[in-house]
Amino acid sequence: MDLFVLLKKLSEAHGISAYEAPVREIVREEFAKHSHEVRVTKMGSVVGVRHGSGTAPRRKVMLSAHMDEIGLMVMGLEKGFLRIAKVAGSDARVMLGQEVVVHGQRELPGVVGSRPPHVLPPDERDRVLPFDQLFVDVGLPEAQVKRLVRVGDLISIRREAFELKGGLFSGKALDDRASVAAVAVCLETLASLQHKWDVLGVASVQEETTFLGAATSAHSLQPDVAIAIDVTFGEQNGVPDARTVSMGKGPAIGIGPNFHPKLVKALVDTASNLEMPYQMDPTPGASGTDAWPIQVAREGIPTALLSIPLRYMHTPVETVSLKDIERTGKLMAEFIAHLNDEFLKALTYPID
Amino acid sequence: MILQELSEAIGISGNEDAVRKIIADAVRDHVDELRTDTIGNLFAVKKARGAKRAFKVMIAAHMDEVGLMITGHDGNGGLRFQPVGGIDDRILPGKVLLVGPDKIPGVIGVKPVHLLKGDEGKQVIKMDDMRIDIGASSKEEAEGLVKLGQVAAFSTHYSKIGRTATGKAFDDRAGCAVLVELLKGARFPFDLHAVFTVQEEVGLRGARVAASAVEPDCAFVLEGTICDDLPKDKDTSPTTELGKGPAISLMDRSAFADRRLVDHLIATAEKLGIPYQFKQPGIGGTDAGAITRSKAGVPTVPVSVPCRYIHSPVARLSLDDFENTVRLMQESLKRLTPDILKRS
Repeated sequence: MDLFVLLKKLSEAHGISAYEAPVREIVREEFAKHSHEVRVTKMGSVVGVRHGSGTAPRRKVMLSAHMDEIGLMVMGLEKGFLRIAKVAGSDARVMLGQEVVVHGQRELPGVVGSRPPHVLPPDERDRVLPFDQLFVDVGLPEAQVKRLVRVGDLISIRREAFELKGGLFSGKALDDRASVAAVAVCLETLASLQHKWDVLGVASVQEETTFLGAATSAHSLQPDVAIAIDVTFGEQNGVPDARTVSMGKGPAIGIGPNFHPKLVKALVDTASNLEMPYQMDPTPGASGTDAWPIQVAREGIPTALLSIPLRYMHTPVETVSLKDIERTGKLMAEFIAHLNDEFLKALTYPID
Repeated sequence: MILQELSEAIGISGNEDAVRKIIADAVRDHVDELRTDTIGNLFAVKKARGAKRAFKVMIAAHMDEVGLMITGHDGNGGLRFQPVGGIDDRILPGKVLLVGPDKIPGVIGVKPVHLLKGDEGKQVIKMDDMRIDIGASSKEEAEGLVKLGQVAAFSTHYSKIGRTATGKAFDDRAGCAVLVELLKGARFPFDLHAVFTVQEEVGLRGARVAASAVEPDCAFVLEGTICDDLPKDKDTSPTTELGKGPAISLMDRSAFADRRLVDHLIATAEKLGIPYQFKQPGIGGTDAGAITRSKAGVPTVPVSVPCRYIHSPVARLSLDDFENTVRLMQESLKRLTPDILKRS
């Protein structure tokens, strides 16, 4: 697999929460290459299934990475310009002068308009414009805009993905398409490994809003063990080290109440055995990832979280290390290849 | 059209080489003389039609665009920068830049929205606190890739939808493109000194020496000007409006336009039914500021293609406005005689 090519496709595809159709097609195609069967759930998540070598009924491990992204929505039309609101956690500070796509009757390229510095009163330059004071301009006459765009239409960021120096990769929606790519790497790697358990690689929907895809998939797939894969804050300018992990130094393994301690240990041991660099990501409460709802699905599912370090989260220039994605996929594959009944037993809490 | 090539070329003030090369190649076969001067201006002279006349008209359009200059390297490989020309801090976060002569891609990120405390999300991030991230992981690596004083430009592709074009640096590549079109056309009844100027964005530097060298009888300045027509809570004039034709300046922060030239443009437009508009007075400045003051003074008027969102990575103009600007200039120049400048 050419990870760069896959990640570029995933990053540039659109798929705002609840409207994941475009990216879903790419995920489906990719997962199909490495799975025995690919399904789409009732709510729209993609599941790539690899059958294990054990005798049926087999145990199941679920991997969950969300494919939805944050975005914008049309709130009104004014003089041919579009008034907008954010969908999920979009950041007003990065909106001025961004290129976007308006998903109207057809796709319309647009720009988030910015007033030139020449006409700005000094106090306005010191003010972050909130979403309700921003406009998208699609460059068409007002009458045509009225025909093509309706209130409620979605607006995605338009940004070509590309490689930076040092094996870094930059683009939109790498939260969490980087992890979807890691799941693909895992499924591909498993094709050349022995694994007894069934593997369910899930690209989930609506994580950015309500974790809907992970919650419903965990319910219907009933896995015995689950790993959520998401991104976490990578070291960057202006953010204290205490809140970040290093870029290019391997996946971050979540530790805290959201995660089963023995799963955490197993992942750490697997990384050590592979002599793969990894980092710990202490998470004192809600992880804000698919791991949160999965852990409490049905009667509870032992869950872990692997995070890919990412800079500039929720901006159009999210940045990740390709190597970290590769490692995350390989780590999961190796972990899965060692899953057996004994391990499952070890996940219980003995009281004798 | 050459506008695309010009828009995608990089030419931050003081680094206009790439733009100059494109223009020189485009006009070489259509002019009688092509030369540069010590500051980097490009002069293209198109002699008068027929007998030699003692009437010299200068038309200027600036090649440079606003951008960033690299001013430091951080320990972790980040690049510090300062603006070259006027740039609003708020348009930089979340953008892609091409850095240095090798056009190394870099990004300007911000602290993730999740980690903001209190009012932090409402505070404008100052340029001094931003860094360009090219993926270098140490100061040494960054220094090896990008040198101090090198410049960074917005990375924006040119595109078209309907009758509007989108791209960077329309201020003033739109003016450059209009001027190239004028040079490609027939000769005028006067010697035309087209000057593609440098360093307008940092103080009209190129135009000043160019006007001094040319000593024209009168001058026109072609611009991609402010078009501030987004809806506003408080109703103020939109400076110019997209699609309403070339904008004739009467007065801005740099100069008063010469009324006789203004009237000549209006008369031509009215006679031929070419749409035109006035740029809202008092806003912005152009090379006209320098040309008007050159030597004993030069009657000058700026004519502009209205451009939304100038000085940002993505500007937008109307191709109808562009074509009408070329037409208004062509027709006005055809009819331009020394008599127009006579004082009664």
